[in-house]
This record gives sequence, C-alpha cells and structure tokens, in this order.
Amino acid sequence: MSDQSPVAYDSKIEGNIIFTQVDAAINWMRSNSLWPMPMGLACCAIELMAASSSRFDISRFGAEVMRFSPRQSDVMIVAGTVTYKMALAVKRIWDQMPEPKWCIAMGACASSGGMYRSYAVLQGIDHLIPVDVYISGCPPRPEALLDGLMRLQQKIMGEHSVVEQKKALIEAL
Amino acid sequence: MTAAEAAGQITATFGTSITGQKEFRGEISLSVLKSSLRDVCVFAKDSLGFDYLIDVSSVDHFGDEPRFEVVYELYSMKDGIHLRVKTPVSEDDCEAPTVSDLWATADWHEREVFDMMGIRFANHPDLRRILMWDGYPYHPLRKDFPLEGKASEVPEVAFTGVAPLAGGPFVTVPTDGTTQVREPRARHAGDLPPPVKFLEEP
Repeated sequence: MSDQSPVAYDSKIEGNIIFTQVDAAINWMRSNSLWPMPMGLACCAIELMAASSSRFDISRFGAEVMRFSPRQSDVMIVAGTVTYKMALAVKRIWDQMPEPKWCIAMGACASSGGMYRSYAVLQGIDHLIPVDVYISGCPPRPEALLDGLMRLQQKIMGEHSVVEQKKALIEAL
Repeated sequence: MTAAEAAGQITATFGTSITGQKEFRGEISLSVLKSSLRDVCVFAKDSLGFDYLIDVSSVDHFGDEPRFEVVYELYSMKDGIHLRVKTPVSEDDCEAPTVSDLWATADWHEREVFDMMGIRFANHPDLRRILMWDGYPYHPLRKDFPLEGKASEVPEVAFTGVAPLAGGPFVTVPTDGTTQVREPRARHAGDLPPPVKFLEEP
C-alpha cells in the first residue's frame, strides 16, 4: 500500500488490527461503495448505462449498485436535460434520499442547461439541489463519468464525516 | 383517385368556401373557410376515403390578419394520397371546430395546438394542456413569446425562469471560417452575416 493510504495495515505485522482515524475509515468505506440513483433524463443516460456495462465497468469503483429507489441510494447522477416540468420531481427524489448524499451533474444540460437556452429547460440542476461534481461533455463519454466519480471519491475522502454527522450532539455539548 | 382529383371534388362540392389551392412539389394544399372546415373534413373522410389524419399543426403569422392558421394533413390509406387542408383563425375569435370525433388522433394533436399556440377547439372532449402543466399562463410557440421564456410559478407543480441568452439566440452562419466565426457564443438572428471583427480576427 502507498503512503497515501488512509489505513496503516501490514498483515505480516499487525494481523487483524488496523490503526486509523474514524473519519478516514468511514470515508474510505463510503467512497468505495457509492450507490447511485440514476436520474436519467436524456441522452446522457445512455452513456450512464454504458458506464455501468461490462466494457467500462463502473463496479471497478464500487458504484455499480444502481438503485431506482431514492431511499436506497446515496449519490444522484443527474444525467440529462432537466426540464421545468421535471425539475420539482428531481428535487423531490433528492429530498427522499437519506444523508449522507452527493450529487453528480452529468453533462452540459444538467450542469448549465447546455444548448437549451429555452423557456422549457432549467438552466442547471444546481438551481435546485447542491452539486458536488460537474462533468462536462454533450454527452460525456463513460470515461468522463468514471473520472467524475473518482473526483467525488476524493472529495468524500476529505470530509469530516463524524463531525458532520454528530454536529447537533457536539453543539449540545 | 389522385390527390388532384380529390381536391377537385372538394372544390366542386364546396365552391366559394375553398379560398385557395396550391401545389408544391406534388403536395396539394387547400385553404378553407373556418365555417366550412368541418363539412370539408366530413366529406373528405366519408366520401373521399381520407381515413388517416397524419397531423394537426398551427402557424402564427404574427402581424397579419387573420393571425393564425390551423393545418390538417390528411392521408388516404386506400389510395395512398396526401392532402393538406388549412383554415385561418383570427386572434379575436381564437377558436376552431374540433375534428376529434372524425379522427380520434386529433384529440391529442388539438391539445398540443391549444397548449403551444392558444387556439381553442370547440366541442373538444378534453381540452387540457398536454406538454406544459395546468396553470402555466403562456402559449410558448406564439411569435410574441420570447425564446428565453417568462417567469411563472404554480406552487408544488412547476416553475419557470428566464434563460440567459447573452444577447441573442445561438445561431450558426454558413461560412468557411473557424468555429469562432461560424458559431459565436450568441448572436441576434438578424445579425447575419457575422460582424466584420469576427471575420478579420477569428
């Protein structure tokens, strides 16, 4: 293992014992088992499907468990054009996802409205929900989605998960 | 029967109600007064065998009177012929008779025309919006509706905002120039050809 590893583990020396920080361990577990909520709204969803198929194989990064129920997923991949008609439905599904949760805006439309400077299209899903990673492209290739996923993993690794989760408790103390 | 014969029979039967006939690339268009539209459609379906309505669409001749035009594309499966029937609709009396009882497919087509252009259809069984949501206040395909949209809100259903156009719609220009010349970030549609500064310093 490299020096970058969050876990100081050497099986020859330490057997079944791992020394690490709780934050690092939790983040390591979270970032390597993301359960995506595939919010496929347009052609980006085709690339999302390709990314989860065997050729590109999103399961190499632990994010292959696509759940079509928001209550079982923790990263929403908004793939495609968000029309105003769909916008509040996307928001509602986002609200149904349990914390901790993250959002990837996949492609130009989800990020900024893309080429649809139009009366019918929301100009970026970040008007409604907080976005962690934006992926450029129209549509982005599956490799770009995988890169976005790895960047999200890096971002999760830097979070203070315990402090965030127990914020109310810590403030009460 | 050919399309020209069918158009001839309609003209012979309805006379002055047919205000015009045009042929373009083998397609025949008949202009019909709104008061006779239903009779023409019944005649076309029952006597001439136009059993299929391909599409109902509408045109906004903004600035002209009458402002709108509803266009019916008829097709006969038996003879394999196509006939286009147009009828003018003025803005003050923004209503056309429904043909959804003749061709069931007209139901949704007419809902779309109502949604996008705001033309009502008399005796339509279920005239609701079909693409936009109930409560949306505008008809977006009208020429006086801005491309960037208008703000609106129906609580708990949907909202709309104004899209940033940065000066104009995205328009490309046929030119041998670079991408910058061909596709500046935004340009008014009336600005063709592109500004000289783009041509000189791409």
